[in-house]
Amino acid sequence: MAKKPENAAEFEGRSPAHRKAVFEALVLVHLNSAYTLARYLTRRGDIAEDLVQEAFLRAYRSFDESRSTNARAWLLTIVRNCFFTWKAGGREDLPQREPSEAGTSFERGGGEVEVDETPESILIRHEEDRTTRALIEKLPHPFREVLVLRDIEEMSYREIADITGVPMGTVMSRLARARKMFAAAWEGSQTKSPKEMLR
Amino acid sequence: MNAVSRPCPERELLLHGLADGELDAANALAMEEHLRSCSGCAATYSGIIRQRQLFKNGGLRLDASLALRGRIRAAIAAEEEPLPESVRGQRTNPRSSWFPRAGIAFSAMALAASLLLFVSSQNPAPSLDEELVAGHVRSLLASHLTDVVSSDQHTVKPWFLGKLDFAPPVVDLSKKDFPLIGGRLDYIGGRVVAAIVYKRRGHVINLFVWPAGKLQAVPETAEGYHLLSWTQGGFSYAAVSDLNPEELRDFRRAFEESLA
Repeated sequence: MAKKPENAAEFEGRSPAHRKAVFEALVLVHLNSAYTLARYLTRRGDIAEDLVQEAFLRAYRSFDESRSTNARAWLLTIVRNCFFTWKAGGREDLPQREPSEAGTSFERGGGEVEVDETPESILIRHEEDRTTRALIEKLPHPFREVLVLRDIEEMSYREIADITGVPMGTVMSRLARARKMFAAAWEGSQTKSPKEMLR
Repeated sequence: MNAVSRPCPERELLLHGLADGELDAANALAMEEHLRSCSGCAATYSGIIRQRQLFKNGGLRLDASLALRGRIRAAIAAEEEPLPESVRGQRTNPRSSWFPRAGIAFSAMALAASLLLFVSSQNPAPSLDEELVAGHVRSLLASHLTDVVSSDQHTVKPWFLGKLDFAPPVVDLSKKDFPLIGGRLDYIGGRVVAAIVYKRRGHVINLFVWPAGKLQAVPETAEGYHLLSWTQGGFSYAAVSDLNPEELRDFRRAFEESLA
């Protein structure tokens, strides 16, 4: 659907509804990316929600349309900063919740169910996803983060370097190490499976 | 895992770069060449590919809840709007009120603060007309006018089934010169609603539909757009467009008549 030029002209000077609409179109559309990163970083659904909300508020306050070139990377940088703010401030005080409770937000999401899938294949896939998520959560922070950004969020090395504030070479070596750690953990969890993921 | 099948140490990062599509053409070609002759690198490479597949099936990305989406939109709206006097007194400092909740959980102070937060997150919700206009503008901006593109009501109507907890009426108004463009889901007033898209002479009309409930009055214009809301047959309708008010009323009449 081609955008109509007469509408484009009308958008100019419409604020604050305009600013909100542009923000929603360019930044809020990445809510699931923000939540995914926050969820893996904090390992807690409820904290992740607070963190994402804070990140969006911060983003909105500093938002202007120059941010629109890579809004997702910009947003994820803010999410990550919010994570460090949270981590620096008394996370030890947090009561540990039961894993099942903390995990409920995982159940809410989930991809679309393919039509040709059987209940069994869905079950197996969900079991596999659960194992994978748990293994990712066990990785130390820098490795967990690079794995989420690269292999779940499909960010480029350059974007990951920008988001995490380290050189590309560091991103590459962390990623290689993260994948090796994950593969070892995966192998350990799949003792019946003979094939190795990585070595 | 014997030494023979280990990757060449100096090529390890390049294997990942190749799997991630990050190598330039020359390096990619050289690595592909190398993979044909080095079993260690080839085995490592296929391991990386297998792991990428495992991650790619979609189940690892997480969807934020609709409640969180609503909270964020309400918080953003609250940033822009002066609060009514009745609410102002209840609000804690809006610049810092959201986040510290996590850090001081379960103390009495946090409990009190979270009650305030609950109140403040409920009250400054954007008004219905602002949400409708925002939904309309968003549909034009994000090349996200429609999730299902069809001028056939028998395609658009079933598309909504299973995505909504109600079945919005979708009618063909092309004879009245309001061709059907398609439909999509939107989020208005804290719930998922149907947005049915029509056009007249290149002007987009978003018709938002949800089960009739507390119908809020909507002004006829907001932010330069025209709005028209009505209730019919158990549904609330709100049409938003830059079309002139007369033609928007024609649209409503045509829609109502086709349902009658």
